[in-house]
Amino acid sequence: MSLIQKLAFRNLFHDRLRLIATVIGIVFSIVLVTVQMGLYLGFGRMVTTMIDRADADLWIMPQGTKCFEDPALLDVRKRFRALSIEGVAQVNPVVIGFADWRTPAGTTTPVFVVGSDVKNGGLHPWNVIEGQVESLSIPDAVAADQSYFDRLGVEGLGSTAEIRQQKVRIAVVTSGIRSFTTTPYVFTTTERARQYAGLPSAKATYFLVRVAPNADIEQTRRRLAANIDEVEVLTTAEFRERSRSFWLFDTGAGMALFAGALLGIIVGTVIVAQTLYSSTKDHLDEFATLRAIGSSGSYIYQVIIWQAMISAIIGFCLAAIAGFAITALTAGSALPILMTPLLLAGLFALTVAMCVASAIAAIVKVMRVDPAMVFSR
Amino acid sequence: MTAVLQAENIVKVLGQGAAEVHALKGVNVSLGTGELTLLMGPSGSGKTTLLSILGCILSPTEGAVSVGGQSTEGAEPEELADLRRRNIGFVFQSYHLFPTLTATDNVRLALDVRGERGRKAVSRARDALAMVGLAHKLTSFPGQMSGGEQQRVAIARAIVGDASAILADEPTAALDSENGHAIMTILSEIASDAARGVLVVTHDPRLLPFATRIVRIEDGRIVSEEQGQAKRKVKANA
Ligand SMILES: Nc1ncnc2c1ncn2[C@@H]1O[C@H](COP(=O)(O)OP(=O)(O)O)[C@@H](O)[C@H]1O
Ligand SMILES: [Mg+2]
Repeated sequence: MSLIQKLAFRNLFHDRLRLIATVIGIVFSIVLVTVQMGLYLGFGRMVTTMIDRADADLWIMPQGTKCFEDPALLDVRKRFRALSIEGVAQVNPVVIGFADWRTPAGTTTPVFVVGSDVKNGGLHPWNVIEGQVESLSIPDAVAADQSYFDRLGVEGLGSTAEIRQQKVRIAVVTSGIRSFTTTPYVFTTTERARQYAGLPSAKATYFLVRVAPNADIEQTRRRLAANIDEVEVLTTAEFRERSRSFWLFDTGAGMALFAGALLGIIVGTVIVAQTLYSSTKDHLDEFATLRAIGSSGSYIYQVIIWQAMISAIIGFCLAAIAGFAITALTAGSALPILMTPLLLAGLFALTVAMCVASAIAAIVKVMRVDPAMVFSR
Repeated sequence: MTAVLQAENIVKVLGQGAAEVHALKGVNVSLGTGELTLLMGPSGSGKTTLLSILGCILSPTEGAVSVGGQSTEGAEPEELADLRRRNIGFVFQSYHLFPTLTATDNVRLALDVRGERGRKAVSRARDALAMVGLAHKLTSFPGQMSGGEQQRVAIARAIVGDASAILADEPTAALDSENGHAIMTILSEIASDAARGVLVVTHDPRLLPFATRIVRIEDGRIVSEEQGQAKRKVKANA
C-alpha cells in the first residue's frame, strides 16, 4: 500500500461513524440502482419469454404489431401463401387472446390463452412437471402453471373448470411459466384457443416459420415480406427487440425504472459528497501541512480520490451482497430481479464514478487551502 | 558561506480594507549555509510572515525572494510547492504531524511528496529519526509521544529530504526548557552541516546561546543584525 493509500485509509477509518454513514449511503444508493436495473433486465427478459420459447426462425404478423400480446389477427389463407415460398419448411399458426376462466366455485378470472398445435412445432408449454404436451390435443385438455392453481381454483392434474361454457381439464402442469402481467397463461390448441377467446375461425395471431435447413433466413424473410400483403416478417431476434422496446419504452416502464436508478445515483452522490467534504474539512490542517511541505496539488487530490475509491469498494462489496440476496429472494416471483455479470461490472464502474464525482466538492475545498494556516494553528 | 535564501526589500500587506496590516515594511535578509540564525522580535512584529515568505508559502506584496539563487518572481503555486519540497524544510510550533501515521511514515511523507518511495525512502526516514535520537520510536504514533519527541519527528521530516534551508517557527514555544534545549541542540547540529542553513523564529531569549547570528525585527522592520555567541562549527563535508 502506498503512503497516499495509507493516508486515505487512515483518514477514512479515523472517523468510523462518518465512514459508516458514507458506506450506508453508497449501499442504499447502489442497491436501489441494482433493484431498478435488475428489474429492468428481469422485465426485459420476462416480456420476451414467449418469443424466446417459440420454435421459429421467422414470425409473420399483422402489420404494426407492437409486442407479443398484440391482439391483431391474420387470415389463415396467408399460411398457404407462406408455405409456397422458397426456403420455407414449416408454417405453424399461433393464436393468442384473453378469456374468462370460471372456477368450479363459480368465480371468474381472466386468463391469457396461447394456442398452438402440438403435432407441429410452435409455441408449447415448457418446464412440464406433470402430464404430456401431446395430450393437449385431447378435446378438453389445457396446460396451466402450478403457481396459478389457487387463482384458477384447481388442485392439479385432472382438475376441471370452464371457459365459455366449455369444460376444460388440466392435462399438463408446468412450473415457473409466470406472466409479468400476472394474468395466468393457459396453453391449448389453436382451434380451442379461438373458441375460448371468441375469435373467428379463419384467423391466427402469428405464423411461426421454420426455414429449410439450407435456406438463408434473411433471404427467406425478404421473399415472404414481398409475397404476402399486409404482414410484417421479423426474425425472432427482431421481434424480441420490438416487443421489449414496446414494453420498456412505449409504456414508460423502462423510463420509470431508469428514473428510479437515477434518483439512487443522485442521492448516493450527494451523501458521499457530503461526508467526503466534511472529512476533508476536518483534515484540512493535514492537507495544509502537506501543501506546506511541498506536495503538489495532484498528490493531495490523490489522497481524496483514494478516500472516495476505498469508500466505493467497501460500499460496492456490501451492495453486491445485498443485490445477490435480493436476486435470490425474487428468483421465483412473477418479476425476478436479474443480476448479470455485465450489470455487476456496470454497477462497480458506477459506484467508483459516483464516489470520484463526489470527491469534486472536497477537492474544490482543498484547492483553496492556504498552506500559511500551518503557522496559525 | 553561500546564501540559500535571500529576500530583498520585502513588503507584505496582509488583510484587506480596514483590516489591512503592513506586516513587513521593506525587509532585507538572507540565510546562509552552516549558520543558525535566530529571528527575534515581539509578538506581531512580522516574524512568521517573514518566515512564510522566505519559505515560499506566502508571496511578498513587493520585493524579491530567491531560493538557492533562483528567483521566485511570478512563480505559480505549483512551482512554489516544487521549490519548497526540493529546498525547504519546515518545523512548526505545533508540530503538525499526521496523527494517524507512525513516526517513520510521518517522516517518509516528505520523501513521498517528492516521488521518493520504496525501501530506500523507509531507510532514509529511519536514518533521519535516528539522527534526532528517535531510533526507538520508529513505529510510535504522535499521540504516543511527548511534545519534545513529536517536535523531533517534525525536525526529522524537515531534514530527511536534504533541504538546504530549515525554517522553524517558534519550535520550542510549546515545550519545557529541557525539551526546548534538546530541540535547539539538534537544530544547531543540523546547522553545522555545510550544505544547510537554519532559521529559527523565536521571542525566547533562552535560545540566544545557540545562534551564530541574531536578526531582530520590530514592527515589520529589521532593527539589528549581530553575531551570535555560538561558533560556526561547520563540519567539513566529505
Ligand atoms: N492573515 C492575516 N490577515 C491580516 N493580518 C495578519 C494576518 N496574519 C498576520 N497578520 C498581522 O500581521 C502582523 C504580523 O504577524 P506575524 O507575522 O504573525 O507576527 P509574529 O509572528 O511576529 O507574531 C500582525 O500584526 C498580525 O496581526
Ligand atoms: Mg508568529
